[in-house]
Amino acid sequence: MLGEAMILFQIAGIGMIVAIIHTVLKQMGKEEIAQFTTLMGFILVLLIVLGKLSELFQQIKSVFLFQG
Amino acid sequence: MDIIIIVSIGIVASLLALIVKEQNSSIAFFVVVVTGIIIFLFILQKITGILLLIEQLGERANVEGLYIKTILKIIGIAYITEFGAHLTRDAGLSAIAAKIELAGKIIIITVAIPILTAVIETIMSFMPGG
Repeated sequence: MLGEAMILFQIAGIGMIVAIIHTVLKQMGKEEIAQFTTLMGFILVLLIVLGKLSELFQQIKSVFLFQG
Repeated sequence: MDIIIIVSIGIVASLLALIVKEQNSSIAFFVVVVTGIIIFLFILQKITGILLLIEQLGERANVEGLYIKTILKIIGIAYITEFGAHLTRDAGLSAIAAKIELAGKIIIITVAIPILTAVIETIMSFMPGG
């Protein structure tokens, strides 16, 4: 259960680090790279969340007899 | 003590979402989504026990297996629909949430068609000369 909850901290950490990188790059005047970093962080988190979501749906399917 | 785990996960998640929202609101939404998924997965383990009980009771009462399967399917669809609708409403898209709920209701009726036809056929067989 705690292992599951670690994903929360992971995602929040990615969010904060991406925000910091965005700010630093913006200060350096590299707007485009900053935008790109934010997008990549978003996609990274999206992948994590999608894996978790598919696990949830598989579990619901197996519990509520959708296969049979 | 499961409820304490779930409540603390919820509180931690809301704190994290509040902190991250100031910097990156899209990732804050992902925090909310993952919290929902974790709590749902946790609850599903408990639901399995309840469903086993329902199946055993149905077998003992000689209820046909098809009916119990349909009811379980309907409960599953209702849970998924509720989950999706609440997440969409949280993201600020209440129009899409309403459509998800509508789709859930209609799909539940489609799944329940065999039961409805069975009821109607039973009523028809009671009618004289029907």
